[in-house]
Order: sequence, then structure tokens, then C-alpha cells
Amino acid sequence: MGIGVAVGAAGLAFGTAAVTAGLSPAQSVFLSLFMFTGASQFALVGVIAGGGSLVAGAMGALLLGARNTLYGLRLADVLGWRGARRALAAHGVIDETTAVTLVQPDRESARTAFVTTYTVLGGFWVSTTLVGALATERVSDISVFGLDAVGPAIFLGLLWPRLREGDGRTWLTALLGAGLALAATPFLPSGVPVLLAASAALVALIGPDTEAGAPAGENRPEEVRP
Amino acid sequence: MTLWAALIATAAGCYLLKYAGLAAPRRLLDNPWLRRFATAVPIALLAALIAVEALRGEGQALAWDAARMGGLGAAVLALVLRAPFLVVIIAAAATTAVLRALGVG
Repeated sequence: MGIGVAVGAAGLAFGTAAVTAGLSPAQSVFLSLFMFTGASQFALVGVIAGGGSLVAGAMGALLLGARNTLYGLRLADVLGWRGARRALAAHGVIDETTAVTLVQPDRESARTAFVTTYTVLGGFWVSTTLVGALATERVSDISVFGLDAVGPAIFLGLLWPRLREGDGRTWLTALLGAGLALAATPFLPSGVPVLLAASAALVALIGPDTEAGAPAGENRPEEVRP
Repeated sequence: MTLWAALIATAAGCYLLKYAGLAAPRRLLDNPWLRRFATAVPIALLAALIAVEALRGEGQALAWDAARMGGLGAAVLALVLRAPFLVVIIAAAATTAVLRALGVG
């Protein structure tokens, strides 16, 4: 349940950020219900808040959401679902469900863990998004609550375990990504600098394959955050 | 309506990315180049998002908001101390709010 409360806090912050960016409460809840991948949602409303193009915002959200594809690849054999069940389960493939599911000893407990985490988190995420969105509509200045620091803090919490387990290349990728985005921000429309920063990932292709087996940040999924 | 269309399209895209992982052959993970690049992309994106959101100013300008940076400093401290995710988020928001109430930033 601890993880549910943490997600609830993030959901409040997302509802707030979304409404501040100009989304309606219905649109905010729609994203939490159907997009259901926090970092991408924050990235998208961040671009909208900055007055950037919707296409740039969508591209950033999708690029960030592509890590769920990696999670899905890992979960496929563990869960072993086909057909309609697989299609339904796909919606729940996110950082937290992957983290909890991959540490289970067998398929039965993995399935139980996946479904439990998915439904508990989903419930918290959607309901707190609604609360945050409705509350923000009624508060004139949200900056007094410091909620503008929550978005970057969430990204930081996601990046941290990857940096801690990564090598020099990981740090270089992160620094180059941040530097590229900052350098481009004054000149390019909101959202585009972050897309440009994705090219920093090419650094990872330099040099020999040091990690035989699992790459940094993905090999210890229990450390992955929402 | 454009906004709704963008939200629906992005949500659909994010779902398809998840589904693709569950449905694709798992041996894709065995390709070291693909795996390294795919692992590095979120690192570059997350670092870029942290930088851009932390230094967000009016419009396209960058700005140093001392209260917000203080909040992120508190988040880093919480992460170093291996605090739970909830504590990291609350530390960031609470520190920013307190600093702002004190007139910082």
C-alpha cells in the first residue's frame, strides 16, 4: 500500500499540473485512465504548459513511454497471457507493476502481484488525479504549495536508480541530454529540446558491451520508480 | 477539439507501445545494440526533462527559481538517503513551499 500512497501523491501533482497547463479535469482524468504512464503524462502536460506544439509533446510522451515496451518484453514470459487477457494486461505495463511482478518466484504469484499492483495503483492514480484537478480549479495560485517542484522530482526519482547502477556512459548520456535540452530551449519550441536530447542516447552505443546480460537500470527492476 | 485529439492519439500510442512489448518476440532483448540504445533513451529524456522543468521560466526563457531549486535539492538529499518515493516527492514540494513562504525565489 505504501507504493499506492506514493502514487497518490504523484496523482495529485499530475492533476494539478494538467489543469494548470490548461487541460480540463475530464481531460486530466482521461490521461490518467487511458495513457496510464506517469512520466509520459507529466512530459506531455509540461509541453502544453510551456505553450509548445502538441506534436512535440506527443512525441516526447511516446519516446518516454517506449520504456514500457522493454518492460513488456520482460513480462511476456513471466505472465504468459494470450489474447484478450494480454490486451487488457498491456494497459497495466508500467514501472511499478513491472518492478513488483519480476521479483515474484513463480507465474502464479507473478500474475497475482501484477493484477494487485495494477488495480491498486490504477485506483489511486486516477482518483487522486481527479482530486488534484478539481482542487486546482478552485485555487488561484498553486505555486505556494510547491507543486511545480513535483514534476522534476518525479523524473529525478525515475532517473536516480538508473544513475546509481550505471557506468560512466550512463552519466555522460544524462549530462549530454540535459545540456542539449537546456542549450536548445531558448531557440526551439517547447517540447522539441527534450526530443533533441534523446539523441544523447547514441553515447550508449560507444565502446564495448560492458554489461553482459542486463543493462544498467533495467537489471534491478525492484528499484524502478513510478 | 485539437487538444482532445492529441490526448487520445498519445494515449493510444502509449498503449500500443506497452502491447508491443508483451506481444513481440522476447529475443529482441538479446540484440545488444537495440538493448543499449533503448535503455539509454529514457536516461537522456529524463535528464533533459529534469533540466528543462527545473529551470522553466516565462515562455521559452530559462529561469533560476531558488525555491524550486531548493525543493529539488531536498529531493536529491532524500534520494541519497534512500528515502521512499513518497518522501522524495513531499520533500520537494514542502521545501519549495516553505522557501517561497519565507520569501525565497
